[in-house]
Amino acid sequence: MKPARRTILKMTPDARAAFVNAGFTRRGFIKSSGALIVTFSAASLAARVGFAQGGPGGAPSGVPVDRLDSWIAIAADGRVTAYTGKCELGQGLFTAQAQLVAEELSIPLSRLTLLQCDTSITPDQGTTSGAQSHPTNFNAGGLALAAASAREALVKLAATRLNVPVEQLVAVDGVVRLTTDPSRSVGYGELVGGRKFEVAIDKNAKRKPSRDWTILGKPVPRLDIPGLVTAEAEFVHNVRVDGMLHGRVVRPPAVGATLISVDEASIAGMPGVVRVVVKNSFVGVVAEKPWQAIQAAGKLAVKWTPGTGLPNQRGSYEYLRTLPSRDTLVVDSGDVEAKLAGAASIIKATYLYPYQMHGSVGSSCAVADVRSDGITIYAASQNVHALRGTTAMVLGRVRDDVRVIFRRGSGCYGINGADTVAFDAALMSQAVGRPVRVQLARKDEMAWENYGLPFVIDQRVGVDASGTIVAWDYEAWSAARGGRPGGGNPGNVATGFVAGFQPGAFAPRTPSPAPTQFVADNNTAPAYVRGRVAGKDGGVGTVQSERALTHRVLSPFFTGPLRAPERLQNTFAHESFLDEIATHVKADPVEYRTRHLTDQRLKDVINAAARTAGWERRLSPKPVSRDRVLTGRGFASQACEVDNSYVAMAADVEVNPSTGAVVVKRLVIAADAGPISNPDGLKNQLEGGAFHGISRTLLEEVTWDDQKVTAVDWRTYHSIPVGGDIPHIEVVLINQPAGKAMGAGETSIVVVGAAIGNAIFDATGVRLREVPFTPERVKAAIAAARTLGTR
Amino acid sequence: MMMTLKVNGRSHTVDVDPTTPLLYVLSDDLGLRGPKFGCGLGQCGSCTAIVGGRAVRSCSTPVSSVGSAEVVTLEGLGTSEKPHPLQKAFIDEQAAQCGFCLSGPILSAKALLDRNPKASDADIKQALSGVLCRCFTHQRMIAAIKKYADGRTA
Ligand code: FES
Ligand code: FES
Repeated sequence: MKPARRTILKMTPDARAAFVNAGFTRRGFIKSSGALIVTFSAASLAARVGFAQGGPGGAPSGVPVDRLDSWIAIAADGRVTAYTGKCELGQGLFTAQAQLVAEELSIPLSRLTLLQCDTSITPDQGTTSGAQSHPTNFNAGGLALAAASAREALVKLAATRLNVPVEQLVAVDGVVRLTTDPSRSVGYGELVGGRKFEVAIDKNAKRKPSRDWTILGKPVPRLDIPGLVTAEAEFVHNVRVDGMLHGRVVRPPAVGATLISVDEASIAGMPGVVRVVVKNSFVGVVAEKPWQAIQAAGKLAVKWTPGTGLPNQRGSYEYLRTLPSRDTLVVDSGDVEAKLAGAASIIKATYLYPYQMHGSVGSSCAVADVRSDGITIYAASQNVHALRGTTAMVLGRVRDDVRVIFRRGSGCYGINGADTVAFDAALMSQAVGRPVRVQLARKDEMAWENYGLPFVIDQRVGVDASGTIVAWDYEAWSAARGGRPGGGNPGNVATGFVAGFQPGAFAPRTPSPAPTQFVADNNTAPAYVRGRVAGKDGGVGTVQSERALTHRVLSPFFTGPLRAPERLQNTFAHESFLDEIATHVKADPVEYRTRHLTDQRLKDVINAAARTAGWERRLSPKPVSRDRVLTGRGFASQACEVDNSYVAMAADVEVNPSTGAVVVKRLVIAADAGPISNPDGLKNQLEGGAFHGISRTLLEEVTWDDQKVTAVDWRTYHSIPVGGDIPHIEVVLINQPAGKAMGAGETSIVVVGAAIGNAIFDATGVRLREVPFTPERVKAAIAAARTLGTR
Repeated sequence: MMMTLKVNGRSHTVDVDPTTPLLYVLSDDLGLRGPKFGCGLGQCGSCTAIVGGRAVRSCSTPVSSVGSAEVVTLEGLGTSEKPHPLQKAFIDEQAAQCGFCLSGPILSAKALLDRNPKASDADIKQALSGVLCRCFTHQRMIAAIKKYADGRTA
């Protein structure tokens, strides 16, 4: 059997996963759709929707995004297959996209199959990340426009067929019929079944108004959950292909260590060992079985140079300030110093945020089959098209040789090891000429992933005699290295780097050029300033004297986007500081927020959260108490990226001053993310983000010694377990049926740190400015305040 | 070495190194999708299987220690067409995000409630104290488990 054919046949499990994921049983599927079962042998599917299909490398010409056939195919029996470039990461997007297509195309969900992220058959929609999937696919473009185009194309075809004007026709339940005479109708299958549309996407195709929605906007249960809870769903971790071997990587023992030599004799005769693979400082062991690969990799004698050394973790925040930096001025009214000098009082504070990790529960996994006539990669990458290019670079092959097929992975929350492990598998498969599966060891996942960025943030404001903010100055230092590999930087992640590629260049730049237009830049500027650049207000606040300046320095560790990248760190600093200012001027923190905001939607979520929480107007902190357990409440809010969702949160906490333990007892969240695609899905995301935020605020921090990362498992990096303390949570959803769709996966998490910190302050009078708020830190801060007599 | 394992009601004879953790036998030799490698250190629960009525971390359980005990994995409970009532409770509560961790919460809760149908909330929390979900679906999972527990004792 030819290799190409073999790999294509391996599409069968994913075909099954696709329709199990789409909510169909296999039997039901085969019965109902002879046509589509054929399409699942990828080659014919690709041919049917109009692309050349090569070997397993596939699709030399890519998938043209402007053609309707790239997005929607209709079989003779009326079943619809839709193709999307945005994937399911656990955020419920598969179901929401299925709802979208079914709605716009007027078909029942059960008649739809949605295929996601395969470089040979789905359009390139970039990275599934950054709360951008709803903006991309649920507004006036992407999948929404494709489905609307398809519906209009079907209506036009029916007009010709039935010989009536399109105005007299309506698409309902998979048929187009006369509005006045439902008996005169024609089914989609009859209109285009098995053929291509052969038309461009119609940029003017009309979306269905949300008042007519019957599927979108409803709490449709997630189509993939039955398959998940019964283990029918296929994760990338479950992909098994014929002749597959198992690889284990051997990473350098210290940051900056490079390979001197590998003594292959050290594992000679160990059972199942197939090959030791070395490329620059990349070392891997391939064996017949996973346990054999693990044991052999553990025994392999490898010599490394010493590491390049790491800055002392104590004092590392101050160290960031001393490094050469790339500076960016987001906004500068030019009068901040003068306004501060003339203010009735000045308030200052510095906030610290550590490196944190994505810490997926499942360590990252990929399967690669590298052959001379084509390369197939199964990966949980957030960007299959980009991974195609970087894999080719790592292997010294051309992009067109590579096909990357998305398989769901362990929730990633940003760039976990999904891309790097694809390179691991590819390098090892290339060396042995057989398919190789690699799943990273826990320590290799944790010590080498792309962490969320550490931040030092200096805040200063001036307030006038009435307590109103008259000037706000923000200056931050953060450290970064590498990031997403994108289409051309495999060295941005660990494997690409050890295999010989460099991370994207770092170019210091001081001073920053003046901004030419307002960019939210991850909520660098607080919500309370007006964000005036080039005569236009980009922000949502009232403060006119404003400056926001960032310094990016080079990190010793790889970094990358982690759920609400930088927005979370910035919001922690802004919303904690706002609370400090409110205390200083003796204002209620909720009222004080709205006093400095112009945006009604942000004010609405603030008021909704306050109302639901039963927020009573008063000053923080509460009077001094010597109770065994202190209670307090805190508030925080944000307009994410100014206009990509609005959130407010009220938190109730308990603090034990003698142990320093903080328990969050209740959270109220109000959120507005535009028109709601699926209220329960949105709620699930907001809840998950909030709890994730609690864990990150109270426990999570990457630690290191003078050579290496020491947070390498769940004893050295902490996460609240399912049996741990989680609060009662109430979610208030504000729907905006006529608004634009916004991202919501990163919305609730941004406000958690400040809401908790503000609540701890309310309870204890002690301000915590460094995350995580570990018991040791809380206890020490309270003890210090009591010794000083300030509490 | 040849070994016979009873998994999800069927006998399987496999040829494995007896030191191999049960997880690899289940997921690679038997091709099961339920138990998954998360940490390999007994710290997260995604490899959970029920062995002889107890929830165990299959990543840190040598296959040789299983003997003739009955092994149940997530797929051994039910199917998407006929889910086990506990799986059904997870579906009803929509208690999953990525779903990778699910062997941990579902099988830990099942083993507990099989042994002690009247388990208290504190018992349930205790049984899940070593189970991680990094999507933080905690509240829905606990709600699903309680719903199932209440349904059985009602
Ligand atoms: S994989 Fe077994 S406990 Fe984590
Ligand atoms: S649902 Fe993703 S780790 Fe639990």
